Amino acid sequence: MSWRRFFHRSAEQAKLSEEIESYIAHEVDDNLARGMSREEARRQAYLKFGNPQRVLEEHWEWNTVALFDDVARDLRYARRTLWGHRGFSFVVMLVMAIGIGANTAMFTVVRSVLLKPLPFREPEHLVMLFERMTRGNFQYSFNVVAGGVFQHWQNEATAFEQMAAHGTSGYNLSGTGGQLPEKIEGTKCSWNLFSTLGVQPAYGRSFVTADDTPESNAVVVLSWSLWKRRFGGDPSIVGQDIVLDDQPWTVIGIMPAWFSYPDPETQVWTSIRHETTLAAMNALNNHQFWVVARLRAGVSREHALTELITIQERLSLEHPQTFALSNSANVGPLLDVLVFGYKAPLYMLLAATGCFLLIACLNLANLFVARCAARRKELAIRSALGGSRWRLIREQMVESIVLAVCGGTIGVGFAYLALRWLVNARQDIPRVDVIHMDAGVLWFGVVITLVSGMAAGFLPMVRVTSTRLLETLQEASRSFGGQNKAKLRKALLSAEVGLTMLLLISAGLLFKSYQRLRSVDLGCTTHNVLTLRLNLPKPRYAAAAKRTAFFEQVIATVRNLPGVEAAGMSVGVPGQGYMGDGSFAILEHAPLPPGEGQTAIKRAAEPGYFAAMDIPLLRGRTFYDNERLDRATSIIISERLARQFFPNEDPLGKHMRVNLTDHPVDYQVVGIIGDTRYLLTQEAKPTMYFPLASGIFGRATIVVRSKEDPTNLALPVQKLIAQIDPDLPVSDVLTMEQIIGNETLNASFDANLVMAFAGLSLLLAAVGLYGVLSYLVTQRTGEIGVRVALGAQRAQILRLILVDGLRPAAIGLIIGLAGSMGATRLIRNLLYGVKPLDAGIYMAVAVLLASAAAIACIQPAWSASRLNPVDALRAE
Amino acid sequence: MGRREESKTQQMLLGTLDMLILRTLITGAAHGHTIAHAIERTSDDVLEVEQGSLYPALHRLEDRGWVASYWGTSENNRKAKYYRLTAAGRKQLVVETGRWRKLVKAIGRILEPAK
Repeated sequence: MSWRRFFHRSAEQAKLSEEIESYIAHEVDDNLARGMSREEARRQAYLKFGNPQRVLEEHWEWNTVALFDDVARDLRYARRTLWGHRGFSFVVMLVMAIGIGANTAMFTVVRSVLLKPLPFREPEHLVMLFERMTRGNFQYSFNVVAGGVFQHWQNEATAFEQMAAHGTSGYNLSGTGGQLPEKIEGTKCSWNLFSTLGVQPAYGRSFVTADDTPESNAVVVLSWSLWKRRFGGDPSIVGQDIVLDDQPWTVIGIMPAWFSYPDPETQVWTSIRHETTLAAMNALNNHQFWVVARLRAGVSREHALTELITIQERLSLEHPQTFALSNSANVGPLLDVLVFGYKAPLYMLLAATGCFLLIACLNLANLFVARCAARRKELAIRSALGGSRWRLIREQMVESIVLAVCGGTIGVGFAYLALRWLVNARQDIPRVDVIHMDAGVLWFGVVITLVSGMAAGFLPMVRVTSTRLLETLQEASRSFGGQNKAKLRKALLSAEVGLTMLLLISAGLLFKSYQRLRSVDLGCTTHNVLTLRLNLPKPRYAAAAKRTAFFEQVIATVRNLPGVEAAGMSVGVPGQGYMGDGSFAILEHAPLPPGEGQTAIKRAAEPGYFAAMDIPLLRGRTFYDNERLDRATSIIISERLARQFFPNEDPLGKHMRVNLTDHPVDYQVVGIIGDTRYLLTQEAKPTMYFPLASGIFGRATIVVRSKEDPTNLALPVQKLIAQIDPDLPVSDVLTMEQIIGNETLNASFDANLVMAFAGLSLLLAAVGLYGVLSYLVTQRTGEIGVRVALGAQRAQILRLILVDGLRPAAIGLIIGLAGSMGATRLIRNLLYGVKPLDAGIYMAVAVLLASAAAIACIQPAWSASRLNPVDALRAE
Repeated sequence: MGRREESKTQQMLLGTLDMLILRTLITGAAHGHTIAHAIERTSDDVLEVEQGSLYPALHRLEDRGWVASYWGTSENNRKAKYYRLTAAGRKQLVVETGRWRKLVKAIGRILEPAK
């Protein structure tokens, strides 16, 4: 066969037929020459040649790719059938589009966030190092690293090519040329952070050792986006000064646009030793830095870990007096650490969308079974006449693949839109900026489209084309044998119901967990409260008196603002995070043995804060207004601190020695207040509150409570602050509800998404059930007619049909229950306050599914019981 | 679709038709009718060319570039499609003939090992 002949088959045919005519003419000539009559000559010639049509046909076949031809015919056929059932086709396509779209989108996210290597040089050698504590009452397995420990590791470990430390540090970027001041997030890092990662600035230079000392000039590297946004993308900014925290900093470099490390919020990088006190840099127990390292080629993580553990064991032996000095270490691949906490939810969502697609395919298969069943006799006759089984299967598959491909095409469009929405809605996901659809994703879309199309088309044919032709042909609709023919449909239904059950239970668990999370009591009011964060720049506010004066002035003016019901100020409000702890000693207690210590979360508050936040004062009093600066020696403790560290005694009047600055101060306990949670998901921890008026603290959060929507107060409060200090940026202007919302974003996102797919699946399962039963009833019309005619009661018929429909649903329920018990274990870590085997959820879902099944079954069963026997029998 | 019954004796050995066509064309261009007749006559009517396979064979040979075709007028003054041997066809004929001889020899040795 040649392609020329294939594509010009008609012309070729004409030429061949001419050739054949020529042959016959020659043969006739020969025969005439032999003396035959003209008629006889023609007859003999044709006899000799045989049937010219057959030669033509064979030639045509020879020049045809049979499959192409058949598929083209099947496609035409499919188009006709699908167009004939426009409504059906449209719904199926839509369901497939949602399934394929959701899967493609989730796959894109999983691939971009979890699987794609980090965009650094040889990223597989990059690891994150942690401290680990295995004994004592202060244990942890992944803790950030103390400066002193980092230096020991850097000097002594041989497993690493390079090792860099970094921590967070925020700055006030002063406005130039009419721009507003702005609070920006920064990362202070050891000079070799960029070279450890293997990246170069787009402009300028990286840090060098000389930049990384306490005495160095202030130098800063800008992120691409900050440079574009605030400095107009002008490369000549390199070498010039910008103002951070009221001080000039020289810009030495600009990182490339794709570079975001450790997180997308970071807008500037500064030197760690320039930004950290020598004491903190050398402390062995002040855990505050992230340490990223590059393994030497050929060195395994295990080997590196052994080396770090050895160092830690030695250090803890050398310094037995140092409290909270880790005795062990931990190593994790950098990528795993960066996406920690997102792996399980993302894989779970991918699994949920996968389940949904599977249900959609099962449902489509089910609908096809129904159609095939209606065409049983036609198909049987066709196979009896020699239509090959493969041919019949192909016809069905082409139809379902056409549906899947149309659905898939729309689905990929859906996926694109879904991803754009997701990237906007979930800026908290690490590496969210690299999420995009590429060739690999499109291939994934194509593959799942074809696989689901083929699966949905193939399944129903397994039974329909089974070999018992004669039986099918003989079968009258009055025969009672019709029931077991629906076995496949029932099996598909059970699978569908089972999967739906799994989705519903997961969704239920996630939802309950989210509800639990939302109803957690932070220990303070969250209604109509606005928070604003301030960060006083050091040089201008170096004096404690100046800070205290500023805070007092701000809070006084804010309180006078119309609409403000109460206002307060503190360092750290509930839900904002851990924000550091401090160790303390109780003077009235016997000194602790060396190496032991007591810690509590460190907070500072202004006297009106507790009332403004509705944190109950359980005993004693709040601070007095005149407890300022050196006279600020009162301390307020949380209930939990009181219970844990003052058991069986009255903490009021006792003294706690705490070192907040460079010398310890003895504070007297004057009050006990209710517990608050620093994060929604974390139990309250012992907390101590110092007077904000001590002037030690340079940052604070203003809380404003109002009668109505507190966001209306955001602008007036900011204006007030700008009047007091125009160059002081205000950041994180959030209501308490927003703070909680941000923290529960992940949970609500997961719960809502899984719930959406579970709801759709429930709908599909119900439709499937309804379809099966309606079909069964139609098929058994004759039988039911006979039964009624012979005296069967309506109620009996109703029961008969209901049981028929509900049995596969019940089997599905049981399978689903068993499957859920296993599968929900996998999402154990995503649940808050809910057990994976929450009986209430299981019951509720079972009832929901059972009622959906009953509703789907009742109509067909009812109409069966209302059958008029005369009509039913006449319908034969 | 079932295969049509064919008279076994006249069935040609697979692939030999191509060779015979090429061999026939060595004496000059010919059209289908002449080719069929030539084969039949030369073989003393032992071989009968199945018409159903002649044309597919000719087209196959043409696709492979072993014969070329043109429309001409026959000795009977009729329009006919002529086939002529190409250079590649000549080479192919040598190859096929060689292979055929080998085959015949081999079969001969099996059937009459005494010789």
